[in-house]
Amino acid sequence: MPRLTSDARHKVSFTLNGHAVTAEAEPRLLLTDFLRHVVGVTGTHVGCEHGVCGACTIQIDGQPARACLTLAVSIEGADVRTVEALAPRDAEPGRLSVLQEAFRRHHALQCGFCTAGILMSLDAFLRDNRDPSEAEVREYLSGHLCRCTGYVPIVAATLDAARELRDGGFNV
Amino acid sequence: MKPPRFDYVRAHSLAEVTHTLAAEGGDARVIAGGQTLVPMLSMRLARPKVLIDIMGLSELARIEATENGLRVGAAVRQATLLAHPDLARLQPLLAAALPWVGHAQTRNRGTVCGSIAHADPSAELPLVLVALGGEVHLAKRWRQRSVAAEAFFLGLMSTARADDEFVAGVTFSAARAGQGFAFREFGRRHGDFAITACAAVVDERSTRLAVGGVADRPVARTWENLDGTALEDALNDFAYSLDARDDLHASARLRRDLVRKLGAATIAEARRCRV
Ligand code: FES
Ligand code: FES
Repeated sequence: MPRLTSDARHKVSFTLNGHAVTAEAEPRLLLTDFLRHVVGVTGTHVGCEHGVCGACTIQIDGQPARACLTLAVSIEGADVRTVEALAPRDAEPGRLSVLQEAFRRHHALQCGFCTAGILMSLDAFLRDNRDPSEAEVREYLSGHLCRCTGYVPIVAATLDAARELRDGGFNV
Repeated sequence: MKPPRFDYVRAHSLAEVTHTLAAEGGDARVIAGGQTLVPMLSMRLARPKVLIDIMGLSELARIEATENGLRVGAAVRQATLLAHPDLARLQPLLAAALPWVGHAQTRNRGTVCGSIAHADPSAELPLVLVALGGEVHLAKRWRQRSVAAEAFFLGLMSTARADDEFVAGVTFSAARAGQGFAFREFGRRHGDFAITACAAVVDERSTRLAVGGVADRPVARTWENLDGTALEDALNDFAYSLDARDDLHASARLRRDLVRKLGAATIAEARRCRV
Protein backbone atom coordinates (compact mmCIF):
# COMPACT_ATOMS: atom_id res chain seq x y z
CA MET A 1 0.00 0.00 0.00
CA PRO A 2 1.29 3.49 -0.70
CA ARG A 3 2.89 4.86 2.42
CA LEU A 4 4.24 8.39 2.26
CA THR A 5 7.10 8.62 4.73
CA SER A 6 7.30 11.52 7.13
CA ASP A 7 10.82 12.63 6.30
CA ALA A 8 10.52 12.84 2.52
CA ARG A 9 8.68 15.02 0.07
CA HIS A 10 6.14 13.33 -2.14
CA LYS A 11 4.61 14.30 -5.46
CA VAL A 12 1.08 15.70 -5.31
CA SER A 13 -0.77 16.18 -8.58
CA PHE A 14 -3.96 18.19 -8.71
CA THR A 15 -5.79 20.83 -10.70
CA LEU A 16 -5.28 24.40 -9.56
CA ASN A 17 -7.52 27.04 -11.12
CA GLY A 18 -7.92 24.94 -14.24
CA HIS A 19 -4.25 24.03 -14.70
CA ALA A 20 -2.63 20.69 -13.92
CA VAL A 21 -0.03 21.15 -11.18
CA THR A 22 2.44 18.72 -9.67
CA ALA A 23 4.49 19.75 -6.66
CA GLU A 24 6.12 18.10 -3.68
CA ALA A 25 4.97 18.03 -0.07
CA GLU A 26 5.86 16.31 3.17
CA PRO A 27 2.87 14.52 4.71
CA ARG A 28 2.66 17.11 7.48
CA LEU A 29 2.45 20.12 5.15
CA LEU A 30 -0.84 22.03 5.35
CA LEU A 31 -2.52 22.99 2.11
CA THR A 32 -2.23 26.68 3.04
CA ASP A 33 1.57 26.48 3.20
CA PHE A 34 1.69 24.22 0.16
CA LEU A 35 -0.22 26.73 -1.96
CA ARG A 36 1.63 29.78 -0.67
CA HIS A 37 5.18 28.54 -0.23
CA VAL A 38 5.59 25.60 -2.58
CA VAL A 39 3.24 26.35 -5.47
CA GLY A 40 3.63 30.12 -5.00
CA VAL A 41 0.00 31.27 -5.16
CA THR A 42 -0.31 33.71 -2.29
CA GLY A 43 -3.87 34.99 -2.66
CA THR A 44 -5.06 32.53 -0.01
CA HIS A 45 -4.47 34.06 3.42
CA VAL A 46 -3.62 32.37 6.70
CA GLY A 47 -5.12 33.66 9.92
CA CYS A 48 -5.76 31.34 12.83
CA GLU A 49 -4.43 28.11 11.31
CA HIS A 50 -6.99 26.05 13.18
CA GLY A 51 -10.20 26.39 11.26
CA VAL A 52 -11.86 29.25 13.08
CA CYS A 53 -11.38 32.44 11.04
CA GLY A 54 -12.10 31.38 7.47
CA ALA A 55 -9.31 33.47 5.91
CA CYS A 56 -7.85 30.40 4.18
CA THR A 57 -11.11 29.25 2.58
CA ILE A 58 -10.70 27.88 -0.94
CA GLN A 59 -12.81 25.55 -3.07
CA ILE A 60 -12.01 21.85 -3.24
CA ASP A 61 -14.00 20.00 -5.90
CA GLY A 62 -16.32 22.98 -6.07
CA GLN A 63 -17.08 23.22 -2.36
CA PRO A 64 -15.70 25.83 0.06
CA ALA A 65 -13.25 24.32 2.53
CA ARG A 66 -10.56 25.42 4.97
CA ALA A 67 -7.11 25.04 3.41
CA CYS A 68 -5.56 25.13 6.90
CA LEU A 69 -7.54 22.02 7.88
CA THR A 70 -6.42 20.10 4.80
CA LEU A 71 -3.20 18.16 4.35
CA ALA A 72 -1.50 18.92 1.05
CA VAL A 73 -1.01 15.22 0.29
CA SER A 74 -4.76 14.62 0.64
CA ILE A 75 -5.66 16.76 -2.40
CA GLU A 76 -4.09 14.34 -4.86
CA GLY A 77 -6.39 14.35 -7.89
CA ALA A 78 -8.66 17.10 -6.55
CA ASP A 79 -9.86 20.23 -8.30
CA VAL A 80 -8.72 23.24 -6.26
CA ARG A 81 -9.80 26.83 -6.88
CA THR A 82 -8.31 29.84 -5.16
CA VAL A 83 -9.10 33.55 -5.29
CA GLU A 84 -6.75 33.93 -8.26
CA ALA A 85 -9.37 32.16 -10.37
CA LEU A 86 -12.20 34.63 -9.80
CA ALA A 87 -11.44 37.43 -12.24
CA PRO A 88 -12.24 36.51 -15.85
CA ARG A 89 -9.02 35.23 -17.33
CA ASP A 90 -9.02 36.49 -20.89
CA ALA A 91 -10.59 39.86 -20.17
CA GLU A 92 -8.57 43.07 -20.04
CA PRO A 93 -6.30 43.47 -17.01
CA GLY A 94 -8.02 44.83 -13.92
CA ARG A 95 -11.39 43.39 -14.84
CA LEU A 96 -13.09 41.81 -11.81
CA SER A 97 -15.82 39.23 -11.38
CA VAL A 98 -19.35 40.38 -10.60
CA LEU A 99 -18.90 39.49 -6.93
CA GLN A 100 -15.49 41.15 -6.64
CA GLU A 101 -16.78 44.27 -8.38
CA ALA A 102 -19.72 44.40 -5.94
CA PHE A 103 -17.26 44.13 -3.03
CA ARG A 104 -15.35 47.10 -4.46
CA ARG A 105 -18.49 49.17 -4.97
CA HIS A 106 -19.80 48.51 -1.46
CA HIS A 107 -16.45 48.89 0.34
CA ALA A 108 -16.88 45.31 1.55
CA LEU A 109 -13.19 45.13 2.41
CA GLN A 110 -10.82 47.33 4.32
CA CYS A 111 -7.58 45.57 5.18
CA GLY A 112 -8.53 42.68 2.89
CA PHE A 113 -7.16 39.96 5.12
CA CYS A 114 -10.45 38.06 5.30
CA THR A 115 -11.51 38.85 1.76
CA ALA A 116 -10.01 36.03 -0.29
CA GLY A 117 -11.67 33.43 1.93
CA ILE A 118 -15.01 35.20 1.99
CA LEU A 119 -15.01 35.58 -1.80
CA MET A 120 -14.36 31.87 -2.31
CA SER A 121 -17.21 30.95 0.05
CA LEU A 122 -19.66 33.39 -1.48
CA ASP A 123 -18.66 32.47 -5.02
CA ALA A 124 -19.87 28.91 -4.38
CA PHE A 125 -22.84 30.15 -2.37
CA LEU A 126 -24.11 32.35 -5.21
CA ARG A 127 -23.58 29.56 -7.72
CA ASP A 128 -25.96 27.37 -5.67
CA ASN A 129 -28.34 30.11 -4.43
CA ARG A 130 -29.50 32.46 -7.13
CA ASP A 131 -31.87 34.41 -4.91
CA PRO A 132 -30.58 34.29 -1.34
CA SER A 133 -32.15 36.13 1.59
CA GLU A 134 -30.08 38.35 3.87
CA ALA A 135 -30.47 35.73 6.63
CA GLU A 136 -29.03 33.01 4.39
CA VAL A 137 -26.06 35.20 3.45
CA ARG A 138 -25.39 35.98 7.11
CA GLU A 139 -25.63 32.33 8.10
CA TYR A 140 -23.13 31.42 5.38
CA LEU A 141 -20.85 34.23 6.51
CA SER A 142 -20.87 32.85 10.06
CA GLY A 143 -17.94 30.70 8.94
CA HIS A 144 -15.80 33.82 8.46
CA LEU A 145 -14.39 36.47 10.73
CA CYS A 146 -13.86 40.03 9.50
CA ARG A 147 -12.41 42.46 12.02
CA CYS A 148 -12.80 45.56 9.85
CA THR A 149 -16.11 45.93 8.07
CA GLY A 150 -18.75 44.86 10.57
CA TYR A 151 -20.16 42.61 7.78
CA VAL A 152 -22.89 45.07 6.68
CA PRO A 153 -21.16 46.03 3.42
CA ILE A 154 -20.26 42.39 2.74
CA VAL A 155 -23.91 41.37 3.00
CA ALA A 156 -24.97 44.30 0.81
CA ALA A 157 -22.36 43.45 -1.81
CA THR A 158 -23.43 39.81 -1.88
CA LEU A 159 -27.11 40.62 -2.33
CA ASP A 160 -26.20 43.14 -5.02
CA ALA A 161 -24.03 40.61 -6.85
CA ALA A 162 -26.84 38.03 -6.65
CA ARG A 163 -29.22 40.53 -8.25
CA GLU A 164 -26.77 41.33 -11.01
CA LEU A 165 -26.11 37.66 -11.72
CA ARG A 166 -29.84 36.98 -11.95
CA ASP A 167 -30.12 39.83 -14.44
CA GLY A 168 -27.73 38.02 -16.74
CA GLY A 169 -24.32 38.95 -15.40
CA PHE A 170 -21.77 36.25 -16.07
CA ASN A 171 -18.93 34.74 -14.10
CA VAL A 172 -19.70 34.98 -10.40
CA MET B 1 1.20 26.00 14.38
CA LYS B 2 2.38 23.19 12.15
CA PRO B 3 1.72 19.48 12.60
CA PRO B 4 4.56 17.23 13.76
CA ARG B 5 5.95 14.61 11.37
CA PHE B 6 3.93 11.52 10.52
CA ASP B 7 3.74 8.92 7.77
CA TYR B 8 0.66 9.06 5.61
CA VAL B 9 -1.13 5.99 4.29
CA ARG B 10 -3.81 6.37 1.65
CA ALA B 11 -5.88 3.25 2.28
CA HIS B 12 -7.37 1.41 -0.67
CA SER B 13 -9.15 -1.32 1.30
CA LEU B 14 -10.61 -1.87 4.74
CA ALA B 15 -8.01 -4.56 5.33
CA GLU B 16 -5.25 -1.98 4.84
CA VAL B 17 -6.81 0.19 7.51
CA THR B 18 -7.23 -2.55 10.07
CA HIS B 19 -3.83 -4.16 9.34
CA THR B 20 -2.06 -0.84 9.78
CA LEU B 21 -3.95 -0.22 13.02
CA ALA B 22 -3.04 -3.69 14.26
CA ALA B 23 0.62 -3.17 13.38
CA GLU B 24 0.99 0.35 14.76
CA GLY B 25 -1.39 0.22 17.72
CA GLY B 26 -1.83 3.54 19.46
CA ASP B 27 0.69 5.24 17.17
CA ALA B 28 -1.71 5.25 14.22
CA ARG B 29 -4.78 7.40 13.76
CA VAL B 30 -7.46 7.24 11.12
CA ILE B 31 -8.07 10.55 9.36
CA ALA B 32 -11.27 11.25 7.46
CA GLY B 33 -12.38 14.87 6.88
CA GLY B 34 -9.66 16.19 9.17
CA GLN B 35 -11.75 19.03 10.56
CA THR B 36 -10.95 18.05 14.12
CA LEU B 37 -7.80 16.00 13.77
CA VAL B 38 -5.82 18.51 11.68
CA PRO B 39 -6.16 21.34 14.22
CA MET B 40 -5.26 18.85 16.96
CA LEU B 41 -2.14 17.97 14.98
CA SER B 42 -1.32 21.63 14.42
CA MET B 43 -1.71 22.35 18.13
CA ARG B 44 0.26 19.17 18.78
CA LEU B 45 -2.47 17.77 20.98
CA ALA B 46 -2.20 14.62 18.86
CA ARG B 47 1.14 13.13 17.77
CA PRO B 48 0.44 9.99 15.78
CA LYS B 49 3.30 8.33 13.91
CA VAL B 50 1.01 7.27 11.09
CA LEU B 51 -2.16 8.74 9.63
CA ILE B 52 -4.45 6.44 7.67
CA ASP B 53 -6.66 8.31 5.20
CA ILE B 54 -9.93 6.45 4.66
CA MET B 55 -11.67 8.90 2.34
CA GLY B 56 -10.85 6.79 -0.73
CA LEU B 57 -12.86 3.79 0.49
CA SER B 58 -16.17 3.75 -1.35
CA GLU B 59 -17.56 1.05 0.98
CA LEU B 60 -17.33 3.59 3.81
CA ALA B 61 -19.03 6.36 1.83
CA ARG B 62 -22.53 4.87 1.96
CA ILE B 63 -25.70 6.12 3.63
CA GLU B 64 -28.13 3.20 3.99
CA ALA B 65 -31.62 2.97 5.41
CA THR B 66 -31.49 -0.41 7.22
CA GLU B 67 -34.09 -2.01 9.45
CA ASN B 68 -32.20 -0.74 12.51
CA GLY B 69 -32.07 2.79 11.22
CA LEU B 70 -29.93 5.06 9.13
CA ARG B 71 -26.43 3.68 8.77
CA VAL B 72 -23.77 6.26 7.93
CA GLY B 73 -20.30 5.14 6.87
CA ALA B 74 -17.06 6.65 8.12
CA ALA B 75 -16.30 8.50 4.89
CA VAL B 76 -19.68 10.28 4.68
CA ARG B 77 -19.26 14.01 4.97
CA GLN B 78 -21.66 16.02 7.12
CA ALA B 79 -22.76 18.09 4.10
CA THR B 80 -23.52 14.91 2.15
CA LEU B 81 -25.79 13.58 4.88
CA LEU B 82 -27.49 16.96 5.25
CA ALA B 83 -28.17 17.00 1.50
CA HIS B 84 -29.68 13.49 1.53
CA PRO B 85 -33.15 13.95 -0.02
CA ASP B 86 -34.93 11.68 2.49
CA LEU B 87 -33.15 12.79 5.65
CA ALA B 88 -36.03 14.79 7.12
CA ARG B 89 -38.32 11.78 6.73
CA LEU B 90 -35.88 9.08 7.83
CA GLN B 91 -34.59 10.94 10.84
CA PRO B 92 -35.88 14.48 11.46
CA LEU B 93 -33.62 14.97 14.48
CA LEU B 94 -30.52 14.67 12.28
CA ALA B 95 -32.01 17.09 9.78
CA ALA B 96 -32.64 19.56 12.60
CA ALA B 97 -29.24 19.22 14.27
CA LEU B 98 -26.84 18.99 11.31
CA PRO B 99 -27.07 22.68 10.34
CA TRP B 100 -25.68 23.43 13.83
CA VAL B 101 -22.55 21.34 13.27
CA GLY B 102 -19.69 23.73 12.55
CA HIS B 103 -20.12 25.92 9.48
CA ALA B 104 -21.05 25.09 5.90
CA GLN B 105 -17.35 25.41 5.06
CA THR B 106 -16.35 22.74 7.61
CA ARG B 107 -19.37 20.49 6.98
CA ASN B 108 -18.18 20.19 3.37
CA ARG B 109 -15.14 18.25 4.62
CA GLY B 110 -15.96 17.00 8.11
CA THR B 111 -17.48 13.55 8.48
CA VAL B 112 -20.36 12.39 10.67
CA CYS B 113 -18.34 9.55 12.18
CA GLY B 114 -15.31 11.78 12.75
CA SER B 115 -17.30 14.01 15.03
CA ILE B 116 -18.60 10.98 16.91
CA ALA B 117 -15.15 9.39 17.20
CA HIS B 118 -13.75 12.64 18.59
CA ALA B 119 -16.44 12.71 21.33
CA ASP B 120 -16.36 16.38 22.22
CA PRO B 121 -18.90 16.72 25.06
CA SER B 122 -20.51 19.75 23.45
CA ALA B 123 -20.64 18.45 19.86
CA GLU B 124 -24.05 17.98 18.27
CA LEU B 125 -23.69 14.61 16.53
CA PRO B 126 -22.71 12.58 19.62
CA LEU B 127 -25.70 14.19 21.35
CA VAL B 128 -28.08 13.17 18.58
CA LEU B 129 -26.72 9.63 18.59
CA VAL B 130 -27.29 9.33 22.33
CA ALA B 131 -30.75 10.91 22.11
CA LEU B 132 -31.80 8.38 19.48
CA GLY B 133 -30.15 5.44 21.19
CA GLY B 134 -28.00 4.65 18.16
CA GLU B 135 -24.99 2.41 17.70
CA VAL B 136 -21.32 2.86 16.82
CA HIS B 137 -19.75 0.20 14.58
CA LEU B 138 -16.11 -0.47 15.41
CA ALA B 139 -13.86 -2.44 13.10
CA LYS B 140 -10.52 -4.10 13.70
CA ARG B 141 -8.57 -6.87 12.08
CA TRP B 142 -10.91 -9.80 11.40
CA ARG B 143 -13.57 -8.41 13.73
CA GLN B 144 -16.41 -5.96 13.97
CA ARG B 145 -18.49 -5.02 16.97
CA SER B 146 -21.27 -2.57 17.63
CA VAL B 147 -21.50 -0.51 20.79
CA ALA B 148 -24.61 1.30 22.03
CA ALA B 149 -24.15 5.07 21.93
CA GLU B 150 -24.45 5.47 25.69
CA ALA B 151 -21.75 2.86 26.27
CA PHE B 152 -19.47 4.37 23.59
CA PHE B 153 -18.99 7.81 25.13
CA LEU B 154 -16.96 7.40 28.31
CA GLY B 155 -15.99 10.96 29.11
CA LEU B 156 -14.21 14.02 27.79
CA MET B 157 -12.99 12.97 24.31
CA SER B 158 -12.76 9.43 25.53
CA THR B 159 -14.64 6.49 24.05
CA ALA B 160 -14.91 2.70 24.12
CA ARG B 161 -12.80 2.46 20.93
CA ALA B 162 -9.63 0.43 21.45
CA ASP B 163 -6.33 1.53 19.86
CA ASP B 164 -6.54 -1.08 17.13
CA GLU B 165 -10.13 -0.23 16.22
CA PHE B 166 -11.69 2.54 14.21
CA VAL B 167 -15.20 3.88 13.84
CA ALA B 168 -16.34 2.34 10.56
CA GLY B 169 -19.91 3.60 10.76
CA VAL B 170 -22.77 4.63 13.00
CA THR B 171 -26.48 3.82 12.97
CA PHE B 172 -29.04 6.43 13.97
CA SER B 173 -32.34 4.76 14.78
CA ALA B 174 -35.02 5.62 12.25
CA ALA B 175 -38.04 7.74 13.08
CA ARG B 176 -41.23 5.83 13.96
CA ALA B 177 -44.79 7.01 13.45
CA GLY B 178 -46.03 8.81 16.55
CA GLN B 179 -42.64 10.22 17.47
CA GLY B 180 -41.73 13.88 17.69
CA PHE B 181 -38.22 15.36 17.64
CA ALA B 182 -36.63 18.69 18.41
CA PHE B 183 -33.13 20.12 18.71
CA ARG B 184 -32.09 23.39 20.33
CA GLU B 185 -28.74 24.89 21.12
CA PHE B 186 -27.41 27.85 23.05
CA GLY B 187 -23.97 29.13 22.06
CA ARG B 188 -22.13 32.39 21.66
CA ARG B 189 -22.27 32.38 17.87
CA HIS B 190 -23.90 30.12 15.32
CA GLY B 191 -21.40 27.39 14.43
CA ASP B 192 -19.54 27.52 17.73
CA PHE B 193 -19.60 24.55 20.01
CA ALA B 194 -22.69 24.61 22.20
CA ILE B 195 -22.65 25.93 25.76
CA THR B 196 -25.69 23.72 26.18
CA ALA B 197 -27.59 21.73 23.53
CA CYS B 198 -30.75 19.69 23.94
CA ALA B 199 -32.31 16.98 21.80
CA ALA B 200 -35.76 15.60 22.59
CA VAL B 201 -37.48 12.45 21.38
CA VAL B 202 -41.11 12.00 22.44
CA ASP B 203 -43.90 9.57 21.67
CA GLU B 204 -47.34 8.81 23.06
CA ARG B 205 -45.94 7.38 26.31
CA SER B 206 -42.50 8.74 27.00
CA THR B 207 -40.24 11.76 26.85
CA ARG B 208 -36.51 11.45 26.30
CA LEU B 209 -34.15 14.39 26.63
CA ALA B 210 -30.44 14.33 25.86
CA VAL B 211 -28.17 17.17 26.95
CA GLY B 212 -24.75 18.11 25.61
CA GLY B 213 -22.20 20.67 26.77
CA VAL B 214 -22.85 20.21 30.49
CA ALA B 215 -21.48 16.85 31.64
CA ASP B 216 -18.25 15.33 30.23
CA ARG B 217 -20.32 13.47 27.60
CA PRO B 218 -23.85 13.67 26.20
CA VAL B 219 -26.33 12.30 28.74
CA ALA B 220 -29.97 11.28 28.25
CA ARG B 221 -32.94 10.65 30.53
CA THR B 222 -36.26 9.05 29.70
CA TRP B 223 -39.44 9.74 31.65
CA GLU B 224 -43.03 8.76 31.27
CA ASN B 225 -44.85 11.71 29.80
CA LEU B 226 -44.76 14.34 32.54
CA ASP B 227 -46.24 17.82 32.53
CA GLY B 228 -46.31 20.96 34.63
CA THR B 229 -44.40 20.92 37.88
CA ALA B 230 -43.65 17.19 37.63
CA LEU B 231 -41.72 17.89 34.41
CA GLU B 232 -40.05 20.95 35.96
CA ASP B 233 -38.92 18.86 38.93
CA ALA B 234 -37.62 16.11 36.69
CA LEU B 235 -35.66 18.63 34.62
CA ASN B 236 -34.29 20.22 37.76
CA ASP B 237 -33.08 16.86 39.09
CA PHE B 238 -31.58 16.09 35.70
CA ALA B 239 -29.81 19.47 35.60
CA TYR B 240 -28.21 18.88 39.02
CA SER B 241 -27.25 15.29 38.21
CA LEU B 242 -25.04 16.47 35.32
CA ASP B 243 -22.41 17.93 37.61
CA ALA B 244 -22.03 21.16 35.62
CA ARG B 245 -18.75 23.08 35.96
CA ASP B 246 -17.85 26.73 35.66
CA ASP B 247 -15.58 27.52 32.75
CA LEU B 248 -14.54 30.37 30.48
CA HIS B 249 -17.77 30.23 28.51
CA ALA B 250 -20.48 29.85 31.14
CA SER B 251 -21.08 29.24 34.83
CA ALA B 252 -22.39 25.95 36.18
CA ARG B 253 -25.51 27.80 37.27
CA LEU B 254 -26.20 29.13 33.78
CA ARG B 255 -25.76 25.63 32.39
CA ARG B 256 -28.22 24.16 34.90
CA ASP B 257 -30.67 26.88 34.06
CA LEU B 258 -30.24 26.14 30.36
CA VAL B 259 -31.01 22.46 30.98
CA ARG B 260 -34.25 23.50 32.70
CA LYS B 261 -35.38 26.18 30.24
CA LEU B 262 -33.93 24.96 26.95
CA GLY B 263 -34.86 21.40 27.93
CA ALA B 264 -38.49 22.36 28.56
CA ALA B 265 -38.64 24.33 25.29
CA THR B 266 -37.11 21.45 23.34
CA ILE B 267 -39.55 18.93 24.81
CA ALA B 268 -42.49 21.23 24.09
CA GLU B 269 -41.36 21.63 20.49
CA ALA B 270 -40.91 17.87 20.05
CA ARG B 271 -44.43 17.29 21.37
CA ARG B 272 -45.83 19.79 18.88
CA CYS B 273 -43.98 17.97 16.10
CA ARG B 274 -45.42 14.53 16.87
CA VAL B 275 -46.87 12.90 13.80
S1 FES C 1 -6.49 30.18 8.73
FE1 FES C 1 -7.78 28.57 8.16
S2 FES C 1 -9.59 29.06 9.21
FE2 FES C 1 -8.21 30.54 9.99
S1 FES D 1 -11.42 43.56 5.72
FE1 FES D 1 -10.04 43.46 7.37
S2 FES D 1 -10.59 41.58 8.30
FE2 FES D 1 -12.11 41.81 6.84
